[in-house]
Amino acid sequence: MDFRTCVNIQKEWDIVGARQFGRDFSKKLGFGIVDQARIATAISELARNIYLYAGSGKICFDEVENVGSRGICIVAIDTGPGIKDISQVMEDGFSTSGGLGAGLPGVKRLMDEFDITSKTGEGTEIRVVKWVR
Amino acid sequence: MDALKLDLSHYRELLKQYINTQDESALYEAEQISKRSIQHNISLEEIINTHINALEDIYPELPENIQHSMSFLLEVMISYGLALQEFQDLRETQLEIKSEISVAARMQNTLLSTVKPDVEGFDIGVVSVPANQMNGDYHHFIHHEDGTVGITVADVIGKGIPAALCMSMIKYAMESFPSEHKNPSEILESLNRVVERNVDPSMFITMFYALFNPAASTISYSSAGHEPGFYYHAADDTFEEIRAKGVVLGVTDMAQYRQYEREIHAGDMIILLTDGVTECRQGDRFIESEEVLEVIKSFSHLSAQELVENVYKHFEKLQDFHLRDDFTLIIIKKDV
Repeated sequence: MDFRTCVNIQKEWDIVGARQFGRDFSKKLGFGIVDQARIATAISELARNIYLYAGSGKICFDEVENVGSRGICIVAIDTGPGIKDISQVMEDGFSTSGGLGAGLPGVKRLMDEFDITSKTGEGTEIRVVKWVR
Repeated sequence: MDALKLDLSHYRELLKQYINTQDESALYEAEQISKRSIQHNISLEEIINTHINALEDIYPELPENIQHSMSFLLEVMISYGLALQEFQDLRETQLEIKSEISVAARMQNTLLSTVKPDVEGFDIGVVSVPANQMNGDYHHFIHHEDGTVGITVADVIGKGIPAALCMSMIKYAMESFPSEHKNPSEILESLNRVVERNVDPSMFITMFYALFNPAASTISYSSAGHEPGFYYHAADDTFEEIRAKGVVLGVTDMAQYRQYEREIHAGDMIILLTDGVTECRQGDRFIESEEVLEVIKSFSHLSAQELVENVYKHFEKLQDFHLRDDFTLIIIKKDV
């Protein structure tokens, strides 16, 4: 996919940059302030996962369209260790109990669509979409 | 995502009313809104957003710094909103698990059901209540053709589902034994081998097995590390512990069990139980087994069934209606 913009995530400060970009982008697409806040929180979670577990990666943004509705597509890509057991990280309470925040189930709740692919040793790609209501 | 939207105009009017009057009835209505919102899965951030919108409607000239502060509050609440949703989902999952367990408990009741023998000259009472939904205690009566009755009382160390699964296995193992196989020591030895081979080593099962012969008025028994029962001597109004030595089932495949026998006299009682009875707790204090016997004595004028039920009710109440362990009590009274 040819993404319009990507934000590299290497240091904690980059999380803020990704949030800022995502918020501005979603505002432009017509999201209300609640959804802007949700999208920013989802970006935080995705970016923090990259920063904490993969070391480095990027968050890419694109506009998507589907029969008359507009949305934001966010893809988080890293070349980290990958996730061995995806079902486990998608379980409620698995990451949150460790105090790591909303975790991937939280991201899934914040967004409308969620897709994850991961290969051990190669990295993880998480694609999420939210539609303007 | 949100099942229902909050009614903005209603919220706005209410807010306006409250700002103008500080009226308690507006606050009461606010409480209702809050409850309805929870019911309809309206997220926390949605409520704050409604509040911001209402505020902006009422005060079109709202200072910018207040507006910014409200956006800040909204942002702070996002993660709380998520946590609430997660909590609601987990609660649903918990309800599903609960209903699965109650189905399993019903199945267990059917699987492990047993018929209390009706024996001339004797009166028998049984009560067995699980602490949770599934029972880790087990009791069973086997009616032999010659009129004798096999009586099993067993307890899996631990409770809940693992214990209950284990008990179903024990029952079917016992049913597979040939019918002429009724000596308590032999039965425990066979069962011990089954448990040793099939049950997780972290699980232990204690069992008391008795062969009751009503015609001869005798009872022979063996115990695999089970909580000792009691014998009540009517003649001198005293209790005696029914001691029987034997190792817990499943520890070693070569376990041997000693068999004991005693005669039952008129008015006497045989009391078989699990540690859920003797280890009842009042607050932090374990009760003494003398207390159990005192309670049994106080109800001993009743029929055996009323007797065990009253003892159960007594200890249920003593423990604030919250059993900590499965509770099984069997009493065999010989008629006077």
